[in-house]
Amino acid sequence: MTDEVYQQPSVQEISGLLRNRFPGKVEVTGTEERRVYAKADRECIHEICAYIHDCLTFEHVTSIMGNDMIDRMEVIYHLSNYFNGVMIELTAEIPADDLHIRSVADIWAGGNWHERETYELFGIIFDGHPKLQRLLTPDTYEFYPFRKSYKLRGQE
Amino acid sequence: MMSRDVIDIKAEASAINTDKMWVIMGPQHPFSHGLWTLKAQLDGEIVTDAEPIIGYLHRGWEKECENRTYPKIIPMADRLCYAASMTYTHLYCMTVEKALGIDIPDKAKYMRIMADEICRIQSHLMWLAAVGTDLGNLTVFLWAMREREFFMDINVRLCGARMTTNFPRIGGVRNDIDEEFMMYTSRCVERFEKAVWDIISLIDDSSIFVSRMKGTGYLTRETCVNLGITGPAMRGNGVDFDIRRDDPYDNYDKVDFEVPVLNDGDSYSRYMVRIEELFQSCKIIKQTLQKIKAIGKNAPYRLKVPSKVPAGRAFARLEDPRGESMMYLVSDGTDKPYRLKVRSPIFVNVSASKPLVQGSRIADVPAIMAMIDMCLGETDR
Repeated sequence: MTDEVYQQPSVQEISGLLRNRFPGKVEVTGTEERRVYAKADRECIHEICAYIHDCLTFEHVTSIMGNDMIDRMEVIYHLSNYFNGVMIELTAEIPADDLHIRSVADIWAGGNWHERETYELFGIIFDGHPKLQRLLTPDTYEFYPFRKSYKLRGQE
Repeated sequence: MMSRDVIDIKAEASAINTDKMWVIMGPQHPFSHGLWTLKAQLDGEIVTDAEPIIGYLHRGWEKECENRTYPKIIPMADRLCYAASMTYTHLYCMTVEKALGIDIPDKAKYMRIMADEICRIQSHLMWLAAVGTDLGNLTVFLWAMREREFFMDINVRLCGARMTTNFPRIGGVRNDIDEEFMMYTSRCVERFEKAVWDIISLIDDSSIFVSRMKGTGYLTRETCVNLGITGPAMRGNGVDFDIRRDDPYDNYDKVDFEVPVLNDGDSYSRYMVRIEELFQSCKIIKQTLQKIKAIGKNAPYRLKVPSKVPAGRAFARLEDPRGESMMYLVSDGTDKPYRLKVRSPIFVNVSASKPLVQGSRIADVPAIMAMIDMCLGETDR
């Protein structure tokens, strides 16, 4: 099945297309002017991202970030379209006991260092990443400083 | 493809078989403009592989913010990048305002974008000075720095500081501006629009400058976009996108300006885009001054905001002098952020240094990397 390619999909089109293409896997949680917020299933994150890149023409990944919610981790993707300025915010939840998610660095090369940063600061492992090594912190670090379990002076 | 009238895009392979050699450029190296390292593998004079190494300046900025109340982060945002302090403070305040769900007064919006454009001009002039020294012309450095002083003086009149300005506030800006400031600024801008031609002629009439920039650091539009390069470096590659125009924030949709885009994709077109942006910034500053004057003296410029931000998430993005910067805020309802993420444009741009320098001569590496306009404070955070 080949999907139709949209160069300038509107916010309504994006939320409709994502719902129909990935029923049960993507849940659109809200829309604003030029913004789409969605929750994605982590098992098929690569599939969803490939669809967004190839068929919805989201050529640019603005950021990939981690977030520690203590009982679970989150990886949040911000994807942008260069033709109409629309951004998609995809949130994938990861259980705290299995910190794995598929890497999207093969779709957007610009996501490479974002994933490395998220790995070194949160300990989330991106499967299939070409070089998952520490980037900002020394290689000898054995802890993940941005986790909530890592306390700063002044935090109780 | 671009015109190849000056020199070849990718240099020819060396005829003699020699061992490949790794050259470590940095962290202290005249070309690096900050603490970072470029490991380059050389085959003769040609770069065959490269790896950037960053992290010397990592100070856990995002984690530090989780320990501070919201207003205390404003001066910290200044220190993300000393050359573009205004845009980062603006971005931070915009993100928190979005989380609070408030709309700031019109006057504050115009004052912010005026301050942003002043910041853009002085940041680009600093880049121009760096390009001058990188390519061996000290006059460009001195003249660009001299022009920059005028904009530093505007900053002093605006908020009392030259570089780390600490001017935007959550809900508006720190102080109002007076007639004298407007007069001084418009005079400065008018003077600058003429004076910048001196620097341009110094570069464009110099065959050494042009031949070192034309045809080097070539990327196609698709590679450039896929690598996540943003800002003037991207617009020199034919990507017609500017957040100020295509995803407007504050009052950028109410001012008239053009987005310079060039299709050549080499260092020279990146240089030309930045020079053209200087003129467009002048145009925006003049318009905002008129609009601020029309709004009137006693209009409000700052709102009172609650110290606690309701639980939720918000993000904002903004066109930094160097590219696309974004902040993402997770709030848990207290007076301190739960998580604050910064997307820095240079962090991604420098990750693309391998495709940028691969295949070019080692002597061209400073010229190519100069067009990225490095700033390590925001890269390492």
